[in-house]
Amino acid sequence: MPSSDAAVAERSVVASTTPVINDFSIQVATVNGSGSQTANLVLLRSIFQMGVPVSGKNMFPSNIAGLPTWFTIRANKHGYVARKTEIDFLVAMNPETAREDVLNLKRGAAVVYDEPLKLDALRDDLVFYPVPFDTLVGQVSRDVKLRRRVRNMIYDGVLSQLLGVQLEQMEVALRRQFGSKPKVVSINREALDVGFAFAEQHLEKRDPYGIEPMDENGGRILVDGNAAAAIGCLMAGVTVVTWYPITPSSSLCETLIGYLRKYRVDKETGKATFAVVQAEDEIAALGMAIGSGWAGARSMTATSGPGVSLMGEFAGLGYYAEVPAVIFDVQRVGPSTGLPTRTAQGDVLSTAFLSHGDSRHPLLFPCSPEECYSMAINAFDLAERFQTPVFVMSDLDLGMNTWMSPTFEYPTKPIDRGKVLDQETLDRIGRFGRYRDVDGDGIPYRSIPGTDMPAYFCRGSGHNEWGQYSERADDYEKNVDRLTRKFETARNWMPAPVVEINRKARIGIIAYGTTHWAIIESRDQLAAEADLQTSYYRLRAYPFRSALASFIERHDRVYVVEQNRDAQMSTLMRLELRAELAGRLRSVLHYAGMPIDARSITENVLIQEGYRVEHSEADGPLPHNAGVGGE
Amino acid sequence: MAIATSPPKKIKLNRIGLELPVYRGGKTTLCAGCGHNAISERIIDACFTMGVDPTQVVKLSGIGCSSKSPAYFLGSSHGFNTVHGRMPSIGTGALLANKQLVAIGVSGDGDTGAIGIGQFVHLMRRNLPMVYVIEDNGCYGLTKGQFSPTADVGSTLKTGVVNDLPPIDTCALAIQLGATFVARSFSGDKKQLTAILKAALSHRGTAMLDVLSPCVTFNDHEGSTKSYAYVKSHDDPLEELDFVPFFEDITIDYEPGTTQEVTMHDGSRLYLRKLDQSYNPTDKMQALRALHETHARGEFATGLIYVDPMADDFLTSLNLVDEPLATLPERRVRPPRAVLDEVMDDLR
Repeated sequence: MPSSDAAVAERSVVASTTPVINDFSIQVATVNGSGSQTANLVLLRSIFQMGVPVSGKNMFPSNIAGLPTWFTIRANKHGYVARKTEIDFLVAMNPETAREDVLNLKRGAAVVYDEPLKLDALRDDLVFYPVPFDTLVGQVSRDVKLRRRVRNMIYDGVLSQLLGVQLEQMEVALRRQFGSKPKVVSINREALDVGFAFAEQHLEKRDPYGIEPMDENGGRILVDGNAAAAIGCLMAGVTVVTWYPITPSSSLCETLIGYLRKYRVDKETGKATFAVVQAEDEIAALGMAIGSGWAGARSMTATSGPGVSLMGEFAGLGYYAEVPAVIFDVQRVGPSTGLPTRTAQGDVLSTAFLSHGDSRHPLLFPCSPEECYSMAINAFDLAERFQTPVFVMSDLDLGMNTWMSPTFEYPTKPIDRGKVLDQETLDRIGRFGRYRDVDGDGIPYRSIPGTDMPAYFCRGSGHNEWGQYSERADDYEKNVDRLTRKFETARNWMPAPVVEINRKARIGIIAYGTTHWAIIESRDQLAAEADLQTSYYRLRAYPFRSALASFIERHDRVYVVEQNRDAQMSTLMRLELRAELAGRLRSVLHYAGMPIDARSITENVLIQEGYRVEHSEADGPLPHNAGVGGE
Repeated sequence: MAIATSPPKKIKLNRIGLELPVYRGGKTTLCAGCGHNAISERIIDACFTMGVDPTQVVKLSGIGCSSKSPAYFLGSSHGFNTVHGRMPSIGTGALLANKQLVAIGVSGDGDTGAIGIGQFVHLMRRNLPMVYVIEDNGCYGLTKGQFSPTADVGSTLKTGVVNDLPPIDTCALAIQLGATFVARSFSGDKKQLTAILKAALSHRGTAMLDVLSPCVTFNDHEGSTKSYAYVKSHDDPLEELDFVPFFEDITIDYEPGTTQEVTMHDGSRLYLRKLDQSYNPTDKMQALRALHETHARGEFATGLIYVDPMADDFLTSLNLVDEPLATLPERRVRPPRAVLDEVMDDLR
């Protein structure tokens, strides 16, 4: 170690002298299956516990063990939690990617690396910290298995010393992780200490980055969107869960199953107030959800794009037979193998019109774990109120990454079971017609099988308002027109947008889902760097509210920022907007599989606004994700 | 209007006080002479005599001629004509929502054996309590007579086209998959089919009935092994069936060794008078052998082929509360504030 120490010391490193506190990102490059997730979560949690706003994003392969994975932690005193493309501090543990990881860094970044990789030879404008992990882990344990497991914890110890992440906070985080296993806690703590002591004795701090305690995280929790949605389903009173495993949605149902077993078993009888079935495929998963929704359960399934495609036929049946069901679509990149572990907002159009014939489905777009929770609850109410499948459109970034969140509010409204026929209603309306629009809002009454209310025969599109089989043109037309009316009624029941009007702004931004976090930061950048003021419309649901058109009307140009190639939300808007307003829409598109970042949006808007000249090929590529859309 | 002259006829009521017409459905729109209509009649009979409560029945089907038929029986029950080949999942969902429901599913040989084989397979292995009737005519009637996967090798279409793929034997498949009640019958055998249907209604688990039901329009010609004439002359019953429901106190005397008595889950009894002395429908291997051998002879083994009346069914394994999940009140499905607080504390 002394030898490599000396080697580093000799380099002429250009390091910033001004300390950079609570505003940088750490990337840990490891091999998946090596137990790095624990070390990364302990690091993330320790910073969180120190009151510093933080976010963690895991970029992992579709693989169980042996392929590269990167975990990025961003600490930011301003509360920006979107992905930041530049890495300030790299922990290079993976020989396969180390070279490229180092070459991609910006000047002045710091690198903790496994000493035998000799990365310091690659560049002379970085700060290098070699750490002999194998030698150090030998001090922790002789057991080969254990050594493999705690090896990564050593870098947490090193970072604790270099960055000022309090060791006691790391221990607290460790205890949370391994609460019931004191032996595991203690050996990991040893690894932390070994790393810390090594850094103290052998590494001279030469980078500007540091963590200092703040007081920003009171009342906050750390949670991923899938777990948040699961808690929402639990509180929504879900009774039937039918699902098929698919990344990135599996953990939603798995977490939910854990909660249901804990909190939804009758104390006196020991029996379950819920049913969970792992179906044979996504078709059956939605079939079961619709079957149970029809028979009166609050039912749900969770999936991702490929599953949604398979569910197409049943989604249409649900729409026409008018059966409630909640479907979580944790969106990811495209079909088959490739990028199933990367994020996207690519199912907007296909889900809005999922199925054959004329069908439209309500979509909810949560941007945070808090909204995964509240929209899950809302989705069950909306599905029953409107007797139709409702989709909650999350994504991998939201579903599987760890986010800070305020604690969730207990539901303030009772469960809404919608228009379920009872004796009083039957007396009032006289004769039951399953698809009769009694109240003029397009929503008919439904009876639940197994109760003493009149039965009906449920079918797809071919029925009249009495639920009788009909292929008559006028019956069909009347029915689909009523379905349109029902969809119109739904408009004002959907979660309202969050709108921020800046009176000075000539341009507006529309975004939805996780794109929101990059928008917050990008708007600040636009204002600070180009004095470009913007208004912001955060869309939260389809069908759109009328406020959408008024927002566009107020602005000369409106940028719709989304994480897909085809400007899907923008396309959906154009179907409803009058031509003059549709003409004001521009697109900022991001579709590289990585969560969208603020800088790409800022640069893209500045180019489209004429503040910057668009890059030509000769200038090198744009930030890899910047697609320029619009007219 | 004629003036009534005869004294009012005594109306026959079943054990829950309902008349037969309550169990009837809409007027059939299937072809005159279609075997499916006969099956609907048997379902009406069986439900009436068993005193099944129509408000607790859900009728389920996929797509095809067969799947239209639930509209033609039990008109006062809820029904769901679902999508092609996916009725099992809708049925599974309905029973999860309300485990007290009596589910009667009607499918066809294409709806089950082709597009629906995946859901069929998983329905059988789950042993969901449901009567699952395949109205089997070896062809797609509603799309005008194409072969289905149960058509025999060498069987011909009306146009003369010869089928060159082996059939799927849904009974053998069901047994292999773990089904607990497997029967085959013929739409023209009123007595056998009624007895099997009643036994099926008494079974707690999936009761899979493959009912040969000739398509009089597209598959009733010479050269078809699913024509009325062919099935009638190649029907090889394994046993003669007598069914005694749990609510009737009747004893049937039989000579030892000639008859096998099976007690169903609800206490009903099934008497199987053996035609082949050695046949035992609780023996899986024998059941499979019988299916194989009769098929090799170009015949159909009919009757109760396999039964395991006491096997655990899927809903029981889920350990659900006694009441239907569908109608549990809010206080039983939405945890109190303290639960949310606890969950939040765990994430702090």
